[in-house]
Amino acid sequence: MFGSGLCGLPLTPVTSEPTQVAHITLIVNDEELRLSVDTRSSLLDVLREQLGLTGSKRGCDHGQCGACTVLLEGRRANSCLALAVAHDGARLTTIEGLADGDELHPVQAAFVEHDGLQCGYCTPGQICSAVGMLGELAAGWPSAVTPELEDAPYPSREEISERMSGNICRCGAYPGIVAAIEESAR
Amino acid sequence: MRPFAYQRAQDAAGAVAAAQAHAAEDVRYLGGGTNLVDLMRLGVERPAHLIDVTRLGNDRIEETDDGGLRIGAAVTNAELAANFLVLRDHPLLADAVLHGASGQLRNLATVGGNLLQRTRCPYFQDVTKPCNKRRPGSGCPAREGEHRNLAILGHSGACVATNPSDMSVALAALNASIHVTGPAGERVIPMPGFHRLPGDEPERDTLLAPAELITAVTLPPPISGARTAYRKVRERSSYAFALVSVGAVLAVEDGRVSEVRIALGGVAHAPWRAERAETELLGEPAGEEAFAAAADAELEDAQPLRDNVYKLTLAHNLITRTLTELCP
Repeated sequence: MFGSGLCGLPLTPVTSEPTQVAHITLIVNDEELRLSVDTRSSLLDVLREQLGLTGSKRGCDHGQCGACTVLLEGRRANSCLALAVAHDGARLTTIEGLADGDELHPVQAAFVEHDGLQCGYCTPGQICSAVGMLGELAAGWPSAVTPELEDAPYPSREEISERMSGNICRCGAYPGIVAAIEESAR
Repeated sequence: MRPFAYQRAQDAAGAVAAAQAHAAEDVRYLGGGTNLVDLMRLGVERPAHLIDVTRLGNDRIEETDDGGLRIGAAVTNAELAANFLVLRDHPLLADAVLHGASGQLRNLATVGGNLLQRTRCPYFQDVTKPCNKRRPGSGCPAREGEHRNLAILGHSGACVATNPSDMSVALAALNASIHVTGPAGERVIPMPGFHRLPGDEPERDTLLAPAELITAVTLPPPISGARTAYRKVRERSSYAFALVSVGAVLAVEDGRVSEVRIALGGVAHAPWRAERAETELLGEPAGEEAFAAAADAELEDAQPLRDNVYKLTLAHNLITRTLTELCP
């Protein structure tokens, strides 16, 4: 699966010398990979084109739609705007890495249960974003809706919509998406 | 995207030295990349050299000896908004940051990068169109064209763009200081004042000189007894740029305004400190009538364009309502 991306070169940290082709290490879904990347490649380019991990989607390629959302060091991030070379050594989790074998991640299962999708294109980004967002909630991060998190042990629908606003669904499956996340948060 | 060489700096001095080695238009510092990488993909920015400044060790938020805060330039927007010191002393700043971008963008974007966000004026972002900011001297189609979301204050014949940052509005209201280092050494640039009005040099968003690097933002201690708020009006309820926003600080003693700071977003090329309104209000009886009169005074010299006259009413009502809400 990862064969096309491996370059077999020893790890040379990208540091003081300018380079247009960089040799980097990424830990993708618990697998450590040494890669040779063009400096222009985004993490999304590397995932899709070099590693064949096409679950993360290219929607707008401008950070506006969230379809490319992955977990970068455990935090959700737009992989289309993150230059791979700048994240040498980083740990990534993509939609392909969320399930435990044949057992879906609870957020994946909730999306199935609540019909949180129609065409499915935004779904991997929605799910990765939801997993990251639930971690942010658990860590007590405030939001524009709830500056004082102690007031709200479980997120309201309004709270979920605010925290998920970086993920656009053109089919308008939001009611199911929000319901799935509401269940996951309990 | 134009090919570029990537280099990771180890410290601020190394970053500046690396930047100085190239022509100013050919080199950019890289933070989270959420705006820069997008602009490179659009062809608006075409650097031949990127110098990564996210690993210089300036990614912490600390208390300063004078009771203020020091925020490293590489702190992410998400960490800033969730930091307990920031939430304790300057909830206005956290709230403003949380009103900008999305959760996943805030996790990447840095404080230094947020200060240097470029305008979202549609002509600036479209390389097939003239734009004095992107290509000096080429003209400004926005003045006669699509300008619903653009400036009503402080614009020039050359440029009617607005600054898109929510964070910078809060920093302007809080009298933050921007710490920079560059070829000529270190200096401190006060907010407001870090961002420029366009004049006849709209290509310059800020006072930064070539190769100058933002290293930190410092905040003075909070004003005792003051209440603060950030209010933002936009075309959808989340994840959109401000039509108008306001960051306000208000303290009232014996019914009179003892301290007031009002910064507006979405109305000018820089976060706009409403100094005229502040002067009008200081020492006056606090109340809706006085706030509305001060808002009128501030907006007296506004020069709305054909399609953004609505921002006058919006700014007036937002200033009045926000201060009224803050009034004890």
